[in-house]
Amino acid sequence: MVTDEAIFEAVGEVADPEVPVLTIADLGVLRGVRREGDEVVVTITPTYSGCPAMDLIRHEVELTLQSLHVHGRVETVLSPAWTTDWMTDAGKTKLTEYGIAPPSSTGPVLLQLSVRCPLCGSPNTSELSRFGSTSCKSLWRCNSCREPFDHFKAI
Amino acid sequence: MSDLFLYALRLGDDALISAQRTGEWIAAAPQLEEDVALGNIALDQLGQARSLLQYAGSLDGRTEDDLAYFRDEREFLNVQLCELPNGDFGFAMARLLYFATYQHLLYDELRSCADETLAGVAGKAVKEVAYHVDHATQWVLRLGDGTEESHRRMQAGLDALWPYTAELFESDALVQRLEVAVDPSTLHDAWSDRVLAVIDESTCERPSSSYQHSGGRSGRHTEHMGYLLAELQHVARSHPGATW
Repeated sequence: MVTDEAIFEAVGEVADPEVPVLTIADLGVLRGVRREGDEVVVTITPTYSGCPAMDLIRHEVELTLQSLHVHGRVETVLSPAWTTDWMTDAGKTKLTEYGIAPPSSTGPVLLQLSVRCPLCGSPNTSELSRFGSTSCKSLWRCNSCREPFDHFKAI
Repeated sequence: MSDLFLYALRLGDDALISAQRTGEWIAAAPQLEEDVALGNIALDQLGQARSLLQYAGSLDGRTEDDLAYFRDEREFLNVQLCELPNGDFGFAMARLLYFATYQHLLYDELRSCADETLAGVAGKAVKEVAYHVDHATQWVLRLGDGTEESHRRMQAGLDALWPYTAELFESDALVQRLEVAVDPSTLHDAWSDRVLAVIDESTCERPSSSYQHSGGRSGRHTEHMGYLLAELQHVARSHPGATW
């Protein structure tokens, strides 16, 4: 029998269709794997209420379960609400390498920390718009290298 | 129809109709970043509407699509504020300030209610709506404290929508009976404090109209609602059962 850990690891490899460099495990979208009788239940949580990627993610998880010959279903849970604090450090590193500035911690910060340009590393950046190409990102510009870039919003 | 069904429907309809109006700004906003911003805000509202209508539907044997596409005007329970046609951009930002501030206070209370689903939706939504409030606030300040023309238009938007704000805080037998519901009348003072602080800082005058519209919660809508629904429901009704 495939263990719950092995299932978690396998479905955790499903990529986010909007930020394909991240897996749903990196994002913290994959919440858990449990058994209900002979059925495996995989729980996922959306990053934003209206996230259009959820249907595809659910489908990909189902395909992964089939490929493991596991009888199971996917359950979407809203609570506890997703937070960028669940993103793994590996995920944040991958984001930066991909050209998206990773979210900072949502905990208390005394000063407005600058968002570093993921391309040249300069802290001299400015926000163009609080809303970006997807719900989870905002749009920034680097004042040093002049390149625009996305920032994964901390929520 | 149970109280809980009707309550979820009220909240879901507010979000759905707001999403429809906000979405109309896409490709019509004053700048590209604003198209993207309002598109994102509409998407958040639509996501909240889906969760709430799915929940309402589960209590009544219907789907979210049944509720969104196959109800008539009198069966929609949203407040009239959400359905008014988009005026200019000042009007849109006044509406977003009034509505998002209300939603933020509401969801903040609702996330600790005893109903797990409503609490879950609210806990998720409150984080999103905080961004909507912030976005509207920045624009109201910028336009109100901007040029003579932008100030005039911001003031006009704030004034025109003020008579539609009392409806947000109407209490009735349903919210008093239903234990998990937030009685919206308890939110009014905090809403007023926040909204008026923004208006003051924007150098606009506090709106003063005493007349207040009402009726949305019992299905009585403005003359604009039918046209909005015609557009929203047209495809689903012309091709019943179609999937895409």
